[in-house]
Amino acid sequence: MKRRRVVVTGLGVISPVGNDLSAFWDNLIRGKSGVRSIDKFDASQLSTRIAAQVLDFTPENYINRKDARRMDRSVQFACGAARMALEDANLTITDEIAERAGVWIGSGIGGLETMEDQHQNLLNKGPGSVSPFLIPMMISNMAAGQVSIMTGAQGPNGCTVTACATGTNSIGEAFRFIQRDDADIMITGGTEASVTPLGMAGFCAMKAMSTRNDDPAGASRPFDRERDGFVMGEGSGILVLEELEHALNRNARIYGELLGYGATADAYHIVQPEPSGDGAARALALALSDAGKRPEDIDYINAHGTSTEINDAMETMAIKRVWGDYASEVAVSSTKGVTGHMLGAAGAVEFMAAILACYHNLIPPTANYMIPDPACDLDYVPNQARPKLVRAAVSDSLGFGGHNAALVVSKYLG
Amino acid sequence: MAILDDLKDIIVDILDVQAQEITEESKLVEDLKADSLDIVEMLMQIEDKFGLQIPESTAEDFKTVKDVVDYLEKRLQEK
Repeated sequence: MKRRRVVVTGLGVISPVGNDLSAFWDNLIRGKSGVRSIDKFDASQLSTRIAAQVLDFTPENYINRKDARRMDRSVQFACGAARMALEDANLTITDEIAERAGVWIGSGIGGLETMEDQHQNLLNKGPGSVSPFLIPMMISNMAAGQVSIMTGAQGPNGCTVTACATGTNSIGEAFRFIQRDDADIMITGGTEASVTPLGMAGFCAMKAMSTRNDDPAGASRPFDRERDGFVMGEGSGILVLEELEHALNRNARIYGELLGYGATADAYHIVQPEPSGDGAARALALALSDAGKRPEDIDYINAHGTSTEINDAMETMAIKRVWGDYASEVAVSSTKGVTGHMLGAAGAVEFMAAILACYHNLIPPTANYMIPDPACDLDYVPNQARPKLVRAAVSDSLGFGGHNAALVVSKYLG
Repeated sequence: MAILDDLKDIIVDILDVQAQEITEESKLVEDLKADSLDIVEMLMQIEDKFGLQIPESTAEDFKTVKDVVDYLEKRLQEK
């Protein structure tokens, strides 16, 4: 049976380095960090007091005030990014296509800020003071629900929740819906807004985050020997995926073709990656084989590259395992040096970076890469963007729980 | 008409309507487009504002702004 082909026709982003696609891409290319001291609440008691926060976000630019009030910040981000992605795709969900248009948007954590606010109400004022909107604002599926309400998309709808792999798994599942002929259009990606007192305290307790508080811009340094943990980010990346003929029939601009998806589990530990990188390697290999690509067909890998000691070394091993002799030839970068770790949104904005690298033949650098680490010995495109022909690119994500996922995109050449 | 003004403030805040659109005759659901969750939130704010508890059975009878105002006037007189 001939496989239905899936292309990317729209991109929208709310990020710590810009709330539109051009600012986001420009800052990725310049390697300009969005990390700064936390200013939205008093972080003075935390061991990590820095984060990559979304700045100057006005929900009313995308959604009416009443709807915005009933949304957690994470859902507002998703609605903003989804609206931009549809505009970028020059696509309106009309009655004719509504039932063939779906939404699949995940969040790693969900409406944490809402939960914290309402829990405060519960403790201070009692159960009668808990908002009737607590539950519909907090639950992780609500970004997908609200985007369908906002756009009118009535097709497959839901979310995949796999911690830091959420964005990648969500896009992969959306890809399958179109391949399986359940939909012609999918609005998909991830969203996150967990830079909150509880979210920060939880990750601080795990000692997973950088404590380079006096150098926010240099704190997220993937693959660098001096890396000391990830930096929490927030935001949303939303893509419009479209069946190829559907896109061609309406003369849509095509960024690239989504060719392959692979997903595996480590089956090893709740938060530590399996040290040999086997689970990640299998996800990468599955995505390549799904795409019908060999390692040497890939010119760029946007790595998960969290800037934690274990992840970056393990992921390097996983890439070497799959790419073999070609591993030293492929350009690998982690854009988390710029965006921080946007958790459930990370996979989505990073897949966008891979798509744009392919579209523009320009590879975004790994920011803050200064000192090589013997355990990380690939070409990480340090600090300077690299103009290079990118025929096809890979983006991978690895999440707490041992979830591994990878996507393959190529230029659309007809 | 302090009660009506206070109530209007709450309605404007929750339902995102203009104050001049609200009259005593306005129906909460049909005219002001409140859904069931809006009404719960509105009642919570009213309880906070006026320092009283409104039984659920009573709240179910509120159809118009005037119903709420009349109820509040009666309760506040009893105080």
